[in-house]
Amino acid sequence: MIHKYSLNGYNIILDVYSGAVHVVDDLVYRLVDFTSEGMSSQVPAEAYNALKEYSKEDIDSAYSELFEAYNFGQLHAPDDYEQFADMMINASVKSMCLNISHDCNLACEYCFASKGGFGGERCLMSEETACKAIDFLIEKSVGRRNLEVDFFGGEPLMNYDVVKKTVEYARSKEQEFDKNFRFTITTNGLLLDDEKIDFINREMHNCVLSIDGRREVNDRLRVDWGNRGSHDRILPKFKKLVSQRNGKDYYARATYTRYNLDFTNDILYLYEQGFDQLSEEPVVSDPKLDFSIQEEDLPRIFEEYEILAKKLIEMKKNGEKINFFHFMIDLNQGPCAIRRLRGCSCGNEYVAITPQGDIFPCHQFVGNENWNMGNLNDGTFNVDIKKKFAKTTIYNKRKCRDCWARFYCSGGCNAINFEKNNDILEPYSLYCDMEKKRLECAIMIQAALADD
Amino acid sequence: MKKHMKTLNKANLKESAVKGGCGECQASCQSACKTSCTVANQKCEK
Repeated sequence: MIHKYSLNGYNIILDVYSGAVHVVDDLVYRLVDFTSEGMSSQVPAEAYNALKEYSKEDIDSAYSELFEAYNFGQLHAPDDYEQFADMMINASVKSMCLNISHDCNLACEYCFASKGGFGGERCLMSEETACKAIDFLIEKSVGRRNLEVDFFGGEPLMNYDVVKKTVEYARSKEQEFDKNFRFTITTNGLLLDDEKIDFINREMHNCVLSIDGRREVNDRLRVDWGNRGSHDRILPKFKKLVSQRNGKDYYARATYTRYNLDFTNDILYLYEQGFDQLSEEPVVSDPKLDFSIQEEDLPRIFEEYEILAKKLIEMKKNGEKINFFHFMIDLNQGPCAIRRLRGCSCGNEYVAITPQGDIFPCHQFVGNENWNMGNLNDGTFNVDIKKKFAKTTIYNKRKCRDCWARFYCSGGCNAINFEKNNDILEPYSLYCDMEKKRLECAIMIQAALADD
Repeated sequence: MKKHMKTLNKANLKESAVKGGCGECQASCQSACKTSCTVANQKCEK
């Protein structure tokens, strides 16, 4: 299978099953339509007829290059990966979203977690439950050394003491069990102070700083319980944290909505403020809400991703260091094909834990009791649900079977699939369309940066 | 030297399957998104 597209003056052919990316001239871009699996060394006669404006010599030379790529396994490579689809069914749990706080000091209008409470009681996780979660992860991660724990909420810093004690507890177990804990935290920044910044920069492998960009954009939806905007309170704290991060990973992470479809300006604003590791995602929300992304917004969103991609190329060519998470792609050293068969591995290798000790497939399923996988206090863990998620591969998702992007997005977000289509195996088309556009832009950026 | 096409990368997806599946890489949702999956931007741990 191939996917071809033209963007920003580049003709690109992606060979889906080998992962090869070819940048081609106009002749090859048209000629490739006359090739297929099992192509021969002879130019098909219909190609000469269809491409009469080109000389026979040019067509023959272009075709020979396509045929060479085919012989190298870089064009119309076969799909050999279904044999690996069941490989991770008995995988260990290695990642955990620890909902250390089901409460929040902000009341962002678009919050998927019901402004921090996840639709239930507002509460904080106890130290006892957090330590049980660490024990659970150690026990279930047989054969895995690198373990990930993300402190999430709500606002995790509302339960800072337990965050610290959890880290201390986990670190005390690393040597005994030969584990390497990688902690991350997702914070709105309001409670940051010098001590917390020092702690985060010392202990957190990565941190996600939630800010939506320009003041007027951020403060329209990222408001506190008194409906006051948060921008001016969080920005200086985030700047201080990043200035002392010493090169460790972080992301300034924005959400865009229908209110700021010119979101490139928010990325550039954040860059001007000193943040060079940037992420910006479409809001996940009820389509009935004013700020929700609608199908009709897609052309505008596609245009905006192109604007952002072109701007990033210009900046990178000028030597500026800027990284946009959703355009990151390493065409040579990305994840292995087996990893790409399933997305985030939620419910299988990745789980979320609530303050009550309940186990869910991920943070987005929290609160939906149909997906409750068990509880740390009574030692239950539903292996049937785990197996169900282990099978959410691109080969079991009907829409993914003939999609060119399947080895890059790996089947979409199961939680969103369920929320929108009531089926974890049924990807949400609106998100697929946006993901495909981001991928096209990401690959095009690689083509542009190679074009020097 | 090809005149009509430039290939940007080694086509190594197939090769990666043979050596892959160690499971040590990051869960993609843990990195910067929390709402969407882009697996291709993750790093291989090997």
